[in-house]
Amino acid sequence: MSSRNGNILEVRDLRTYFQTEDGSVKAVDGIDFVLKRGETLGIVGESGSGKSVTNLSIIRLIPDPPGKIVSGEIIFDGQDILLLPTEEVRKIRGKRIAMIFQDPMTSLNPFMRISKQLMELTELHLGYTKDQAYEHAIKMLDMVGIPDARARVDSYPHEFSGGMRQRVMIAMALSCQPELLIADEPTTALDVTIQAQILELIKSLKQETGTSVILITHDLGVVAGMTDHIIVMYAGKVFEQARTRELFATPGNPYTKGLLRSVPDPTSEHGALYQIPGLPPDVAHLPPGCPFAARCERAEDICRKEFPPFVALTPDHHSLCHFAEEVYATSQRELSARGGRQEQVLDLE
Amino acid sequence: MNDEHDILDEPSPVEPALDNLGQPTKPPVRTRAGDITRPTNELAVGEGDVRTAERGEGEYIVGTSLWRDAWKRLLKNKLAVFGLVVVVIITVTCLLGPPILKAITGFDYAYIPSDSALTKSFPPFTAPDGSFSWLHPMGTDNAGRDILARVLLGGRISLMVGIISTIVSLIIGVSYGATAGYLGGKVDDVMMRIVDVLYSLPYIILVVVLLAMFGGKSPLSQLVLLFIALGAISWLTMARIVRGQVISLKNQEFVTAARATGVSTGKIIFRHLVPNTLGPVIVYATLTIPQVMLSEAFLSFLGFGVQAPLASWGSLANDGVQNIAIFPWQLIFPGVTMALALFSLNFLGDGLRDALDPQMRKV
Repeated sequence: MSSRNGNILEVRDLRTYFQTEDGSVKAVDGIDFVLKRGETLGIVGESGSGKSVTNLSIIRLIPDPPGKIVSGEIIFDGQDILLLPTEEVRKIRGKRIAMIFQDPMTSLNPFMRISKQLMELTELHLGYTKDQAYEHAIKMLDMVGIPDARARVDSYPHEFSGGMRQRVMIAMALSCQPELLIADEPTTALDVTIQAQILELIKSLKQETGTSVILITHDLGVVAGMTDHIIVMYAGKVFEQARTRELFATPGNPYTKGLLRSVPDPTSEHGALYQIPGLPPDVAHLPPGCPFAARCERAEDICRKEFPPFVALTPDHHSLCHFAEEVYATSQRELSARGGRQEQVLDLE
Repeated sequence: MNDEHDILDEPSPVEPALDNLGQPTKPPVRTRAGDITRPTNELAVGEGDVRTAERGEGEYIVGTSLWRDAWKRLLKNKLAVFGLVVVVIITVTCLLGPPILKAITGFDYAYIPSDSALTKSFPPFTAPDGSFSWLHPMGTDNAGRDILARVLLGGRISLMVGIISTIVSLIIGVSYGATAGYLGGKVDDVMMRIVDVLYSLPYIILVVVLLAMFGGKSPLSQLVLLFIALGAISWLTMARIVRGQVISLKNQEFVTAARATGVSTGKIIFRHLVPNTLGPVIVYATLTIPQVMLSEAFLSFLGFGVQAPLASWGSLANDGVQNIAIFPWQLIFPGVTMALALFSLNFLGDGLRDALDPQMRKV
């Protein structure tokens, strides 16, 4: 059953709250986005901005209690996942929606052979026999570029390096040919050269299999070359949403601008790095106005009092800011002054 | 320490290990049980390593497993090796001894001579006429039964009680603890309060009541009851240990990863979590065996355990202690054997703990 509009995933007004002794923590507070079949969406934000909770919500893995998806719709291929019985969701997990986790060192079971961990999936979801699953496991390891896969498949995770384990995780995630792949900071724990290899791998496998991808990261360099759309999250809310190129060229939100300025520029002669002042707010006790107001360079009184509107700058480009249009206009001026330097920013990946 | 010599198995000093293409010039170092193959192993998994990439098929080295590392560390611990050797000797002797003894001397544990002149206790190595004899190396008891045969049978039963009760406690304790730990919340609360309540009951009284209510029909049913009773009380600590382990494991990413691939709760508990708790579980199980054996001896010593003509080390000690002034060998032989077995099992358990958890060792 393919959905009519070509959207593999639609998230509508998702709110996931955690009940703590400190009150209700609104980790994700009213997120909307759409992912088209075959496209890649990047979710960017600082630690604690709700990126991971969004994704765990999509496959309903929020630990409950204390977490709870309070409201919203997560429409995957025409079905609202939040309305499905747990059994049905389990059939979707791993088979149609797969995840890659942040830390490959801990996301493989240290006591299980790689082969077993790979076989578990296809035996469970595709009804493979042991032999079929074993052969499939070897094929998958081969595909993610592990040399001599047949000899390695029976190894234990500790015999692999971090990059190879992440390759195994990718092999696991893709072994049932999922329609949606969620990669939660897949390269954070790896060093830069391996990062590039892993990203290149995800990219090429995506092209081969036509999987849609959600890529979560706090590294703008990673999303730049990988994604079609980007969502910038802050304090559980979407702050800006645009096509990747547009977001890098003409950001319409002071927070996004701050993030872009924070990317270290290796060609820069000046040593000092830019940083956004202050810390992300405590999402349990948000101030009434804009959650970013206290750290924002552009903030005025209205920002501290009133929650900002979600402004449509173009049909494809939205920004949560009282001064979205002004910031957007400034960005456009800066861009023409630089004469298209955003290309260089994109090359940084 | 001459570790280097243990690790590298016959590296040829003349030939280089790799030729100019990075191919090994001879098959890689063989691994023996207990070998740490890390030096070569790092090459085998090193990413972007030319030698890895260009190596031919089937030429890489099997890494050392956790168990092999642990085995090697165990072998370095002299007390643990001593314990292991003694435990094996005692077990084998108890298993194979009785039929051999019967074939040689014709005695088994229940054999009572029909001649009334012989139904009394003779010292070790003594014939009825007082001269030296190999017939009863440990002497005989009051009924004229061969003590060696009875100690061997006692060993069988004592070891069996220890092992079977431990297996019972393993099965109950591990599944109970793992379930409570993984499910958490209210389920965990209720399950662990039940354990607390059972803990607070004085177990000896529990066992005595059980045995008094259901026991005494035949020596064998008494024995089965003893297994159940001892197993039923010894799982409590196991459940707590496993629960603690599972709680610390369940928030690790590999469990989330397993859940994200649609694995069911039962499979996560028993395929992913339980194997990860095996280290502490094995250690505790090895220490449970002597503990249960001691409890059994204690019960038998009080007269609640194994009934004659069957015997355990505890019941033999009980028989012996009544005649300790006149026939000391009746107590000494079963007593010493039991002490030796318990010592050895404890040493082995301690050694296993050190071997499986190297961080706990003193540096």
